[in-house]
Amino acid sequence: MATAPDLQSLKVDYKRNPMLPWPFQIRRVKRETEDTFTVELEPQGDLEEFPFLPGQFNMVYVFGVGEIPISISGDPANTRILIHTTRAVGTVTKAMDKMRRGDILGIRGPFGTPWPINQAGGKDVVFVAGGIGLAPLRPALYEVVTHREKYGKVVLLYGTRTPNDVLFRQELEHWRARFDLEIYVTVDRAMSGWRGNVGVVTNLISRAPFDPRNTMAFVCGPEVMMRFTSMELHKRGVDNEHIFVSMERNMKCAIGLCGHCQFGSFFVCKDGPVFRYSQIKDMLVKWEI
Amino acid sequence: MEDLKKILIEHPFFKGLNEEYTSLIVGCASNIRADAGKMILREGEEANHFYLIRSGKVTLQLITPNKGPVIIETLDEGDILGWSWLVPPYTWHFDAKAVELTRMIALDGKCLRNKCENDHHLGYELLKRFADIMTKRLESTRLQLMDVYGDRP
Amino acid sequence: MKIFVFECAELDNLIAAIKRRRFKVIGPTVSDSAIIYAEIAGASDLPIGWTDEQANGSYRLKRRDDNAVFAWNAGPQSWKKFLFPPVQKIFITNKSTKGFDSQNLGEQTPGESRYAFFGVRSCELNAIAIQDKIFLEGPYIDPLYRQKRAGIFIVAVNCSQAGGTCFCDSMQTGPKAVSGFDIALTEILDDKRHCFVAETGTAAGEEILASIKCTKAADEDITEAKRITDRTRVQIHRKVDTADLKNVLYQNSEHPRWEHTAELCLTCANCTMVCPTCFCTTVEDVTDIGGKQAERIRKWDSCFMLDFSYIHGGSVRASVKSRYRQWVTHKFASWLDQFGTFGCVGCGRCITWCPVGIDITEEVKAIREKQT
Repeated sequence: MATAPDLQSLKVDYKRNPMLPWPFQIRRVKRETEDTFTVELEPQGDLEEFPFLPGQFNMVYVFGVGEIPISISGDPANTRILIHTTRAVGTVTKAMDKMRRGDILGIRGPFGTPWPINQAGGKDVVFVAGGIGLAPLRPALYEVVTHREKYGKVVLLYGTRTPNDVLFRQELEHWRARFDLEIYVTVDRAMSGWRGNVGVVTNLISRAPFDPRNTMAFVCGPEVMMRFTSMELHKRGVDNEHIFVSMERNMKCAIGLCGHCQFGSFFVCKDGPVFRYSQIKDMLVKWEI
Repeated sequence: MEDLKKILIEHPFFKGLNEEYTSLIVGCASNIRADAGKMILREGEEANHFYLIRSGKVTLQLITPNKGPVIIETLDEGDILGWSWLVPPYTWHFDAKAVELTRMIALDGKCLRNKCENDHHLGYELLKRFADIMTKRLESTRLQLMDVYGDRP
Repeated sequence: MKIFVFECAELDNLIAAIKRRRFKVIGPTVSDSAIIYAEIAGASDLPIGWTDEQANGSYRLKRRDDNAVFAWNAGPQSWKKFLFPPVQKIFITNKSTKGFDSQNLGEQTPGESRYAFFGVRSCELNAIAIQDKIFLEGPYIDPLYRQKRAGIFIVAVNCSQAGGTCFCDSMQTGPKAVSGFDIALTEILDDKRHCFVAETGTAAGEEILASIKCTKAADEDITEAKRITDRTRVQIHRKVDTADLKNVLYQNSEHPRWEHTAELCLTCANCTMVCPTCFCTTVEDVTDIGGKQAERIRKWDSCFMLDFSYIHGGSVRASVKSRYRQWVTHKFASWLDQFGTFGCVGCGRCITWCPVGIDITEEVKAIREKQT
């Protein structure tokens, strides 16, 4: 039949078959908080480098257990090491939590749309992270820190549950010590020893030092948090076109074929996970889309 | 006094308030400071003031029997602290403590209360402004209650 | 395109001619009180003299008083199960010194015979074309689908009668096959004769027809074939008004009708299982008992399942209402944005096989007529 491929085109490039996980070895496991950990992975076989863009994700496979989407949390400049940070909450992440140096994970990816950080040159950059949502933003933060001169003011507003849930603490302190990065951390609840902020992350927006008319904002966290954050950014004067959010949906294939991640007419795996807020604003307030 | 007036006029809370009312409010204002660790107001005590934070950081907290003081919210530069002076029985519902050296303008609520009773227009102007603050605090409290970063968001 | 005519008795030779070209011929046959698609040996396996009666939530086979071969309509299965099997192994992997090796099952085994589909209705051809778009034309190609899809041979059949739940006419997907076939047949059965008018779609179809006993169709044969499909078109009594349907559905996501239908819907997923275009899948990862070998199996899934949309914390579409809305809105609205076509071909299976008889055409109509 005319529309179908002929038999000659059938040869599948094994290495590039997007349905097959590629083995990566765990080089290091780092505990971030009570339930969150980071794995550093090295590609095996003849795969030496794993380039990706900030905001992209991989499907991470535990042999025989299952596979789930996890955002990449490492530095995009380092293509030899792949880093994922995740919370042990489901079957696969709990199995990952038991793995140690030398163990093998399967990786498919990288998939999805990136944070359009390359469009933020000359502008102020505002990152707003909620909880584990700091992990998918970290590659973009690395990029901005590495090429600091390209950007205007850089602000990170980070909200999490309690002081014990603060991710990448050392790195944040290191960055906070720089004069050219503004970092504000707030928690939902704290005991009186905590000297930082208490309150929702949206409270930080009105005071953060950036020029809303010349800002790109990258928001990642629970959906409710992203919604209220985007509204607050908009109230401050940031154009909805310049606000980007990263969506989460159930995913099985990551290549637009399994149907699970549908969000309106979008497939979050290939049309997202990073969306322009203006693209999805109306859907965020609809029930159960 | 002129300095105080300038600060008040420039603060978003007083934006759009007419000259007469601004002067009246300045008459009820005084500069105060609280060193780190100082309790600015205590739960159950009479609420006769509200505060405009000029610099520093204040925690709103609540004593719990087994965990000690729990921080509900922190307030920073530009925030308004305290609205119990406006609502009977005029007693504080939380403790407020300075985390670091905090400079504030204290406004005499007791005096303003009486003025508002006599001049409902002034009362309405102030109430509108506090309603806005209360709405924001309620909204963020609701978000906190959702525990979006928790195990069962 | 050339048009031929051959006697009904030649049908067996046509099947044989296809088989000689190393195709595995799949065609309609009676099994378990339904007309299903399975490998057929010859014309005698076809549902000769059978018809079906279909209505909301109802399907019955009936004997006819003639020997019509294709006087029935879409049964519980579609051709989807061959190109996109309900259960499919994606890979097998073994633990090794390097971690694990993956055996790629998306690769074609040389010399494996291809499918020939015998008796494909126009709605089904459209469904195949829709699945081609999904699996072959996106940024990622499904190697498993491509493997099964490549080089298939299709004998289409124009419908000589409409089924009780058909609505292809309004979806512009039938009842006459327009493209996507190698040969398209129209069955003529009257007092005088029982024959087939055969239209060729490809050179391969022409070559196969040339190998059986057939003659060039006369004008009256062509006229008669047209009369038959025109008659079928008139018999179709269900319809979906597709004008601006996408926006109608997008704008009525809170329509009370969704709630109304959710009261009836059992979320059994039958509609999605019988649908020839539904493509959602889930995967299962399993290991052998020693933990040395693991495999991933892909299975049809359904947006009606609660865990379909599960993310940490709960399912995005927890209510029945939202799941039913997702399915209908996908078929008639978001599918257009995703693939440039509707996700519905009007085959009527979801109406026939819904255990509570929900009729998608009625649902769409109810929403359109009383928009919110």
